[in-house]
Amino acid sequence: MILKPVISADDAACRIKEGDILMVGGFMDCGAPHTIIMALKDKETKNLTLISNDTATHNFKSGKITGVGYLVQKKMFKTIITSHIGLNQEAQRQMNTGETAFDLIPQGTLAEQVRAGGAGLGGFLTPTGVGTEVAKGKQIIYAGQRPFLLELPIKADVAIIKAKKADKAGNLQYNGTARNFNPLMATAATLVIAEAEEIVEIGEINPNDVHTPSIFIDFLVRTEQLK
Amino acid sequence: MEYIANKEVIAKHIARIFKTGDVVNLGIGLPMMVEKYISPEVNIIFQSENGIMGLGPAPVIGKEDKDLTDSSGSPATICAGGCFFDSATSFGIIRGGHIDYTVLGVLEVDQDGNLANYKMPGKLVPGMGGAMDLTIGARIVIAATLHFQPSGESRLRSHCTLPLTANQQVNLIVTDLGVFEVRDGRFHLMECFAPYNPEWIIEHTDADVIVDENCRKSI
Repeated sequence: MILKPVISADDAACRIKEGDILMVGGFMDCGAPHTIIMALKDKETKNLTLISNDTATHNFKSGKITGVGYLVQKKMFKTIITSHIGLNQEAQRQMNTGETAFDLIPQGTLAEQVRAGGAGLGGFLTPTGVGTEVAKGKQIIYAGQRPFLLELPIKADVAIIKAKKADKAGNLQYNGTARNFNPLMATAATLVIAEAEEIVEIGEINPNDVHTPSIFIDFLVRTEQLK
Repeated sequence: MEYIANKEVIAKHIARIFKTGDVVNLGIGLPMMVEKYISPEVNIIFQSENGIMGLGPAPVIGKEDKDLTDSSGSPATICAGGCFFDSATSFGIIRGGHIDYTVLGVLEVDQDGNLANYKMPGKLVPGMGGAMDLTIGARIVIAATLHFQPSGESRLRSHCTLPLTANQQVNLIVTDLGVFEVRDGRFHLMECFAPYNPEWIIEHTDADVIVDENCRKSI
C-alpha cells in the first residue's frame, strides 16, 4: 500500500488556490474539517466557489460562528452552492446585497450531484424541484407519465473532508452523523485532503469497516480543532 | 371568538396520526415538537436526513456527542437497532418512497397542496435544505402550522404567493384550529378543535374550505 503524506493544516490550506471550486464536508459543524477550515481562514485566498451542505452558523446577536461560517465571514467565496443558509445571518446578508452569488439546491439533489460527479455519471433524473424555481433553465424529461429534472454532476478542484479514523494508506472511517457529505466529496474532487482524529497503521482498520477507500485520498491532516 | 395561538395542540394531534412501524421525518421547528406527544405504545422509526434511521430523543446535558446531531444540528441520540448513512443514501431513502410521513413547517400552504416554506425574497432566505426532496418522496406530507400569521392573515390560502417548496404534494394540514385534507383543489375540514366551530374557521380562512360530512369535533 502507498502511504499518504500527513501534512500540516497550514500546508493543506496553501494547496487551495485563488478561484478554486472547493467542497467542504459536514452538516452544520458536525463532521466539518475544522482544523483545515481554521488554517484556511488565516489565508488571503479569494474568489473561491464553495460547495457545502450548508453555511454553518453565524449569529449576529450572540456572535457565534462555526465551521465554514468563518470563511463566509472573510468573504473568500464569489459563489456559494448549498442547500441551507438559515443559521448564517452573514450568508443571508451577502445573498440579499448580492455581494456573493448563491445557488440554493435541494439537499438530496446536491448530494446526488456530488455522488454523480465522483461516479462518472453524466447526470441523473430527479422528481425533486419540478414545478418550483429550482426547475428554471433545466431540461424536463418524462419517464412514463412522470416529469423529472435533468440534474448535472458537480466536481471540485479541492475537497476538504473529515473522518474519525484514517489509516496511513488513506482508508477512512466516519463516526455517527459526521459522515454526511464527506464520503461523497471524497470521490468528486481533483485533490482530496482528509483530516482525521486518529491516524493509525495500515491493517488497524478492518477492510470490512472502511467507508472511503484509500485511493480517493491524496493527503491526510491530523485533527487539532474539533469545533 | 378570541384566537389564541397554540402550537402544542398541533403537535399533539399530529402525534396521534402515526401507527407502529411508520417511518417518519420531522422538519425543523414546530414539527419537531411532535416527538414528545407520541404515545409510548406506538413504536415508530424516526429518520433524520443528515443520516440516521432510528433517531432518539435529545441527550441529557453532559452526554452530548459532537458526532451525533439531528437535522437542525442539535445534539441527538440513536435508538437501539438504528444506523447511520451518508447523505446520498439518506436522500435515496427519502426520494425512493421509503418514508411514510414527513411533517414540515409552513409560510403558506394552498388548496392545491402547494407549500411555500423556504424563501421570502429579499427578506428571509433560509434555503430549502431537505424539504423539497421530503415533500416529493414521503408517502404522506403533513404541513404543521399556526393557522394565522402574526399579522392575522390565514396561512391557508387559495394560492401561494411565495416561491414553492412543493408543487401539489401536501396531503394534510394540521393547524391550531383543525385538520384539513387537500382534495380536488379544496381544503376539507376533517376535524375541528374546540372552542372553534366550522363556520368560524371558514370565515377566517382565505381559501375554499368544505366541511367534510365526517368532520369530528375534538378538544
